[in-house]
Amino acid sequence: MSDARLSVLKTYKLYVGGKFPRSESGRVYEVTDSKQSWLANAPLSSRKDARDAVVAARKAFGGWSGATAYNRGQILYRVAEMLEGRRDQYVREVAAAEGLSKSKAAEQVDAAIDRWVWYAGWTDKIAQVVGGGNPVAGPFFNLSSPEPTGVVAVLAPQESSFLGLVSVVAPVIATGNTAVVIASEKAPLPALSLGEVLATSDLPGGVVNILSGRTAEIAAPLAAHQDVNAIDLAGADEALAKELEIAAADNLKRVLRPQPVDDWAAAPGTDRMTAFLETKTVWHPTGSLGASGSAY
Amino acid sequence: MPTTAPHALSDVTASDSTLRRFLHGLPGVDAVGLEARAASLGTRSIKTTAKAYAIDLAISMVDLTTLEGADTPGKVRALGAKAVRPDPTDRSTPSTAAVCVYPDMVATAKEAVAGSTVKVASVATAFPAGRAPIAVKLADVREAVAAGADEIDMVIDRGAFLAGNYSKVYDEITAVKEACGTDARLKVIFETGELSTYDNIRRASWLGMLAGADFIKTSTGKVAVNATPANTLLMLEAVRDFRAQTGIQVGVKPAGGIRTSKDAIKFLVLVNETAGEDWLDNHWFRFGASSLLNDLLLQRQKLATGRYSGPDYVTVD
Amino acid sequence: MAPVFDYAPAPESRSVVDIAPSYGLFIDGEFTEAAGGKVFKTVSPSTEEVLSEVAEASEEDVDRAVRAARKAFEKWSALPGSERAKYLFRIARIIQERSRELAVLETLDNGKPIRETRDADLPLVAAHFFYYAGWADKLEHAGYGANPRPLGVAGQVIPWNFPLLMLAWKIAPALATGNTVVLKPAETTPLSALFFADICRQAGLPKGVVNIVTGDGRAGAALVAHPDVNKVAFTGSTAVGKEIARTVAGTRKKLTLELGGKGANIVFDDAPIDQAVEGIVNGIFFNQGQVCCAGSRLLVQESIHDELLDSLKRRLSTLRLGDPLDKNTDIGAINSAEQLARITSLAEQGEAEGAERWSPACELPENGFWFAPTLFTNVTQAHTIARDEIFGPVLSVLTFRTPDEAVAKANNTPYGLSAGIWTEKGSRILAVANKLRAGVIWSNTFNKFDPTSPFGGYKESGFGREGGRHGLEAYLDV
Repeated sequence: MSDARLSVLKTYKLYVGGKFPRSESGRVYEVTDSKQSWLANAPLSSRKDARDAVVAARKAFGGWSGATAYNRGQILYRVAEMLEGRRDQYVREVAAAEGLSKSKAAEQVDAAIDRWVWYAGWTDKIAQVVGGGNPVAGPFFNLSSPEPTGVVAVLAPQESSFLGLVSVVAPVIATGNTAVVIASEKAPLPALSLGEVLATSDLPGGVVNILSGRTAEIAAPLAAHQDVNAIDLAGADEALAKELEIAAADNLKRVLRPQPVDDWAAAPGTDRMTAFLETKTVWHPTGSLGASGSAY
Repeated sequence: MPTTAPHALSDVTASDSTLRRFLHGLPGVDAVGLEARAASLGTRSIKTTAKAYAIDLAISMVDLTTLEGADTPGKVRALGAKAVRPDPTDRSTPSTAAVCVYPDMVATAKEAVAGSTVKVASVATAFPAGRAPIAVKLADVREAVAAGADEIDMVIDRGAFLAGNYSKVYDEITAVKEACGTDARLKVIFETGELSTYDNIRRASWLGMLAGADFIKTSTGKVAVNATPANTLLMLEAVRDFRAQTGIQVGVKPAGGIRTSKDAIKFLVLVNETAGEDWLDNHWFRFGASSLLNDLLLQRQKLATGRYSGPDYVTVD
Repeated sequence: MAPVFDYAPAPESRSVVDIAPSYGLFIDGEFTEAAGGKVFKTVSPSTEEVLSEVAEASEEDVDRAVRAARKAFEKWSALPGSERAKYLFRIARIIQERSRELAVLETLDNGKPIRETRDADLPLVAAHFFYYAGWADKLEHAGYGANPRPLGVAGQVIPWNFPLLMLAWKIAPALATGNTVVLKPAETTPLSALFFADICRQAGLPKGVVNIVTGDGRAGAALVAHPDVNKVAFTGSTAVGKEIARTVAGTRKKLTLELGGKGANIVFDDAPIDQAVEGIVNGIFFNQGQVCCAGSRLLVQESIHDELLDSLKRRLSTLRLGDPLDKNTDIGAINSAEQLARITSLAEQGEAEGAERWSPACELPENGFWFAPTLFTNVTQAHTIARDEIFGPVLSVLTFRTPDEAVAKANNTPYGLSAGIWTEKGSRILAVANKLRAGVIWSNTFNKFDPTSPFGGYKESGFGREGGRHGLEAYLDV
């Protein structure tokens, strides 16, 4: 009896604009572990929470996309450092959320932290890999560079509450986009905890915004939102994905359709970055050294 | 002092620094865009009646030129005769605008074209290098004018220009202009191939016009790159803009490198679509050329007869 | 006073092109009639003369074409890349050989000046095939994995403004990567695609690799919706692009869209002014302004507004409008009565909303579809003509005071295809280019195209890139 200390529970909150609000709706829903035991009351986000998150993401976009790639890399690496420090917490949360053994959960968390590190290193390399000079047939300098597409709505995978989440969020922000993330509906706690890490990692507020609740309810206004530039449907089932893709056509969002993922730990490649990049091509005359035509 | 009338820009020549500020404040020239525009105008297709008009106009704009160390009175007399009557077999062929010779040949040239509309132009100011003391240059000009030259083609001091000594160039032009008196018109040669950049050519054009040039002229014909469609287009823009600002019209003379009728017609298209029809007259536009004339004559014969002519049917001088 | 230097008519000869009185659909290597036997007429926009009658594809015909493409896919995709390359090189060469004929044809069917089809469209068409031909056997080096695979059958729908060039942009990368195609040219400009079918025949291209179905929007819709199409590529209006995006939602069809624009051409006070004037003219009057990346909004720094406008008006007065086949024509005909009506109505709205309208003195031919080059001054971002794509020779002139304001106004549109920057200051070009939300930025130039240079938009101007290494992605399973 003397050993049994009553633990202090955490009230899980949304992460929007660098702050931790409760849902504007004032509502929560019960989150349970795989054995249906109560874990927490998570905020049940409303349309207005989605709207606020988009405003925060848009506001953060200029600064984040305008930061140097080196700076973004430093901050993402800092996120990995903070995650490492909270490794045990995530192992507990993931084990509870996904019904995994401690060691299986640890594998997931380790893979997720390593993935942050991987993407942190990409920030200042992706432009060199997917951009470059184009040898046009004329006296012009012509350069194509990737640029972030803007505000990306991300439906995090439903099954992989942490590694899946990290695998879809990190590539979006590594390249300078800002994100509104809908956490796994039944296992949102690792995502909500991620907000706490991001808040202490020098990541500017609004770059990542995390909402929990009913995926379909939150995703609908995001897919239709005219100030959202792209949507990642990883966490949508077939019917929802189609409905959202139709709504997304209204302002021609870039849509990343859900693809079956057997193993989130597999090497991801660059696709999740390039899906949310625009190619900008700039032309400029070169001309000659002088009117007399330099012949060298 | 120069005799140019006061105009909207007269204050920019008040001092070395105002002149420099003005010239450096002129809009820049994008070389690729300028050359693309010149090339695009070069694709105009000038056929039938328009071609006949253009060929006669081009003939009337030729400053038929001989500027050789080996020039003799005989050579100059032959040139004068050709200028007056370019095609002895067809009296409807217009005379050229002028003959262009060295100062010591002015008197001979004057005699050769006497009684015609053909003017005598003389290069002066230590042509083509322009590297002589100012007194020598002015003496050169005065001799030519005294011998009856109607027009003086001076070269600017490119060294002074490239060194940024715009006042020196300006003062020289105004002094030469004064030496020309009221009768001789002054053409100012920039030697664009040596100024090298289009920005320099634009600045030189404005400098020349501010100093009282009656004509601005590309080149001496003695360097590697002479008149080109692009540098002539640029100078046509300058005379157009100068008249818009001051009301003063200045002529343009591309010289050197224009050898075919096709080329000449391209230049006339540049004139027509840049400065406009007010410049389509030999008072305002000239070709400094020698071999061009025979090609114009061949093309003229082709248009008149419908068959291709040959070099034996034009005079060789 | 000198007589005026009038250019005598210099018409390109029509006899270099032989247009048949009627054309069928090109399916599985054969010209065939439409299933219902329906036909439509294609006219010359500059004279309204009927050029030919063309089969109107029904849903059944589209299905036949897709099946032909599917059948051809197996062998075509299995060919070594080097063999596919040689077919494309052949096509590029034949286009070069027949470029005069094709230029005249395109001018007749589209209404654009021969100067443009001869000097821009056709050279770019050949260059595009030449460029992608070389990719066919180098795909493993393109950055899309060790063995990138084609998608299958590509359904491609193209517009009327650059009929043959848009065909090249679609077909060249599709074939290079091993896909087969069904292409639907625009209703008003079907002829050059049908001539291209003949080029495929001359090149010995296996039957079914390229299929051309002519018709109106219904044929396009049927193609896009066809369940056995793996890839949809569309160039055209944003409204139709959105409809297509909805149609393919929930399928596995890969989609690329190249849509409308409202490009800003930003002129700073230190611009190379004469070249800027040329760039403005080229930006909005090239192809009568019927260009998705047209610089239809001129943003001029207020301090040089008046002198720039004087220069621009003087320059517009030298534009030569008339017979598109005349080699000296700068401005040709509007492509269709429908498009002319749209331009006319938007221009009237511009006037009604208080913008000041100006056109140079210019006589419009009696027959055909014509619209004089038009400037609107005193335009603000609130005017319809500053927001809606006009797709015609109409320029809206707005002013700005600072670079920040220029960028804000340039980006203040749902579109994001193109923009222009004119300044002699290099750092300003880079700073402004960096902030503009547009896929193609021309600094101190405008409307330049090259097969190596990726082209495509941000935001509602569509997604995906055409041209360059980037253009391969749209046709690969990556």
